[in-house]
Amino acid sequence: MKSAVIVFPGSNCDRDLAVAFEAVSGEKPVMVWHRDIELPEGIDLIGVPGGFSYGDYLRSGAMAARSPVMQAVAKAAERGTYVLGICNGFQVLTESGLLPGALLRNAGGHFVCRDASLTVENAQSAFTSRYAAGEQVTFPVAHHDGNYFADSATLDRLEGEGRVALRYADSINGSARNIAGILNEAGNVLGMMPHPERVIEPAHGKTDGRRLFEGLVEGLLANA
Amino acid sequence: MKARIFVTLKGGVLDPQGKAIHHALDGLGFSGVNDVRAGKLIELDLADGTSDDDIDAMCRKLLANTVIENYRIEKVA
Repeated sequence: MKSAVIVFPGSNCDRDLAVAFEAVSGEKPVMVWHRDIELPEGIDLIGVPGGFSYGDYLRSGAMAARSPVMQAVAKAAERGTYVLGICNGFQVLTESGLLPGALLRNAGGHFVCRDASLTVENAQSAFTSRYAAGEQVTFPVAHHDGNYFADSATLDRLEGEGRVALRYADSINGSARNIAGILNEAGNVLGMMPHPERVIEPAHGKTDGRRLFEGLVEGLLANA
Repeated sequence: MKARIFVTLKGGVLDPQGKAIHHALDGLGFSGVNDVRAGKLIELDLADGTSDDDIDAMCRKLLANTVIENYRIEKVA
């Protein structure tokens, strides 16, 4: 299985995400710089990491979404390559149109940095297959712009199609319908604000996030 | 040629920054403020002859996120 992690100027969770990919797959991901116009051959999984790409200029994720590498990521997503965007990565995916909606400033105006209880709403996706539907997990969150917004027709559609993958147990940032993570229509792109890569080994205090990566890799190896 | 692009949040989109400004105005004793919405002003210095279509495309493709924002273009001679 070959994976890649995209690195923008200002990314700061790229190495954590690379460690998570390697921990479950045994293979080091390729780190791909934002100015690259192509991804390496044969990539099965792309990580779009958290951080403050381009200093959050204009809007969080807006500049990164227009960087050369994101066109290659969009083409790969179209072909069915798995794409996981976490935190700023989720913002980049909505800004680039790979996922619907937008992430607004948190409703309370504060940066939220804490553990968040989440409910796994859809346990059928490639990203959530190792969880049970309705299971409660705890991932850390650390964001200022995590308030998910979409018009009510889009929200209804996301709910109806099982594309709300994760939901906050409590409102922590004002997100519409407490949405914490959503899938694209084909199910191969997941964007989420919480950080599963920060809870993958006992030294992290919790390991709830590990199964997300294990499930992904397991599915990719089974299909290889 | 210059253009000024005003980017504002759509109605119904929560604006915590506007709320905070409103709160601060209240705190300064300005009691007559009903609501505050904060936006952005982006000034472009453009080559003469840049078409209106191009300026509009700049707004749609980057300067505004039309999921949550409206934009208004004001051309300055």
